[in-house]
Amino acid sequence: MSMSRRRLLGAGGGLALTSALASACGSNTGRDGDDHAGQPVIEQWYHQYGEPGTEQAVRRYADAYQKANVQVQWRPGNYDQQTAAALLTKSGPDVFEGGPTLDQIQGGQVVDLTDLLAEAKDDFNPAVLAPKTYRGKIWGVPQVIDTQLLYYRKSLLKDAGVEPPRSLDALVDAAKELTTRDVKGLFLGNDGGPGVLSGTPLNAAGLTLVTEDGKVGFDDPAAARTLLKLRQLYAEKSLLLGAPSDWSDPAAFTQGLTAMQWSGLWALPQVKKALGDDFGVLPFPRDGAHGAPAVPVGAYGAAVSARARDKALAKAYVKWLWVERTDYQEDFALRYGFHIPARISLATKAAKLRQGAAGEAVRYATDHGHAEPLLWTSASKTAYQDALSRIIKSGANPDRELRSVVRETEAELRRVKKKS
Amino acid sequence: MRKTFVRGLLGPQNRHLWFWIFVGPFVLGLTLFTYVPLAWSVYLSFFDAHNTVSPTDFVGFDNYTAMLGDGAFTGSLVTFLVFTAFIVPATYALSLALALMVNRLRWAQAFFRSVFFLPVACSYVVAALIWKMSIFNGVRFGLANTVLDWFGAERIAWLSTTDPPWYWLVIVTVRLWLQAGFYMVLFLAGLQRISPRLYEAAAVDGARPGWQVFRHITFPQLRATSVAVVLLLVINAFQAFDEFYNLLSDSRGYPPYARPPLVYLYYTALGQEQNLGLGSAGAVILALIIAVVTVVQARWFGLGRKED
Repeated sequence: MSMSRRRLLGAGGGLALTSALASACGSNTGRDGDDHAGQPVIEQWYHQYGEPGTEQAVRRYADAYQKANVQVQWRPGNYDQQTAAALLTKSGPDVFEGGPTLDQIQGGQVVDLTDLLAEAKDDFNPAVLAPKTYRGKIWGVPQVIDTQLLYYRKSLLKDAGVEPPRSLDALVDAAKELTTRDVKGLFLGNDGGPGVLSGTPLNAAGLTLVTEDGKVGFDDPAAARTLLKLRQLYAEKSLLLGAPSDWSDPAAFTQGLTAMQWSGLWALPQVKKALGDDFGVLPFPRDGAHGAPAVPVGAYGAAVSARARDKALAKAYVKWLWVERTDYQEDFALRYGFHIPARISLATKAAKLRQGAAGEAVRYATDHGHAEPLLWTSASKTAYQDALSRIIKSGANPDRELRSVVRETEAELRRVKKKS
Repeated sequence: MRKTFVRGLLGPQNRHLWFWIFVGPFVLGLTLFTYVPLAWSVYLSFFDAHNTVSPTDFVGFDNYTAMLGDGAFTGSLVTFLVFTAFIVPATYALSLALALMVNRLRWAQAFFRSVFFLPVACSYVVAALIWKMSIFNGVRFGLANTVLDWFGAERIAWLSTTDPPWYWLVIVTVRLWLQAGFYMVLFLAGLQRISPRLYEAAAVDGARPGWQVFRHITFPQLRATSVAVVLLLVINAFQAFDEFYNLLSDSRGYPPYARPPLVYLYYTALGQEQNLGLGSAGAVILALIIAVVTVVQARWFGLGRKED
């Protein structure tokens, strides 16, 4: 609190006043901070993790840092939008978890962190480190890896005489076969799939969103063929729609509203608790001759704002927490929710990630993981998801829809290349 | 000399001073939080302002041409016109009908007035969540689907079905429920201002109670109220955001249907995209449309014209 009072006194205008009030509200950290009195302040933002204990854990790590008074803000709501807006002002975070996005990197809103990973770089999972890298520099330190999978109910599949689907065609058939009056075959989110699946079906068809040399990766007739199969799932009424909770929550699956559900790895402990051994996990099944199974992987990166009070200090803190303190990284990844550590050495060591479904999930993430490319900007993403929604729900012509997405993505790629 | 100057500044009986004491804070707030951002937004609309509010890359009218050529934005304007064209007459008719019915009650009038007015006190967000999660969810235990089940009809995923566009039923009913009561109260006030003598005179002249009296006495007498109600309804429809956003958005964005302009601009300018220039251009276009519609409407209804 002492900090916000000091800032309040120094405040000149109304805007500074509101920022001080906002930070006064947000600085209720549940500790008095006396042991850090007089030290420089680092404000660190996290989005609200659903798992109990995570918030206490990150506050504990912050408290353990000796060289600064780290104030953690735990932010519910549209976190990515909040940080995007806050980075425009001085009252934003010093250290935050975020993409960071390409626009943030190009706009000079975040600081180059390449030197923090000078020694440890090879120990970070390359799939999630790649989207944090732009022109050879690293802009965020991957914290933990999240992935998504297809959960299926073994008993329901067995009763219906359906094998766990290993191809997209098999998935479409299985979903249809498993659909009864009260139980739907598959749950891909209440929007019918476009939001959560995003580029995963394209990956499963052997395509990418943006190629490594920065070109559109789905300008291919195979893309339309694959997406049309998602339309078939919807048109045959095999999809669960309008469930009380969305895809990220396993409730629809555990309550028996659906026989299969696409959800996050984070849901695994809950599913296991509810269903015991009566479930299995699969990657998104491959499609077409050049296809391969696919799962999305992603990681929040710890980034430093270019408007940080003390950039060197903030960088030192990020290095301390997300590079040096492997004990905290392990604790953060495995003790509360269910994530894969971003460090390969930690991921291979973790006993919890070796047996059963968890072990399979880790294997999928390692062998078939696709991270969203950094050049896949949110304008491209919106255009693609809109098109996908129209294909799935309204039966729009996939060739025509994809052509306009390709055009829009090319324009975006030109824009971001021009910029730097 | 100086004293008279100060006195002149304060005005007779300090009226100028009091004027500013009362008006000042409001003017200050209006300037700081409305006019400055408005002007800034117009300024931003001429720049490539990705992730910045102090841009340097002047692009002229590029943002405007991009926005007007953007099918999603023009589509959102159409969405919104369709929505307005439906919700304004529907709310008008429903609230007028409620007012006429409540006005005829001889007992428990206050009770029914309150009952119909109560939803006004409910927030759009809360109502939208109730509509989404308990009344119109797509599974067997949703209220609407339970009713369908009684009749043996097939269950419907209300918010996810685009053909037929059932989501409109959800969006429209939540808004009707929330706002009809408020306009009913306005109509009630209007009804109570109509002189009973007019009805007596009509009865003497042989007008049949019911439609004839309504058509020739009640409805023309409600003209002033009607104008106000329609204006308010249109403005409210322009501001449509809350229920759309809460009913249809999810953590990954917003579907490409039933997307009014404010929701679309919210994602463009304030979402991860942070394309403030493009978003501002859209906001300016929207503001111009609203201004034109309001002026035309005021002319049409003769708002502010002296009644003869």
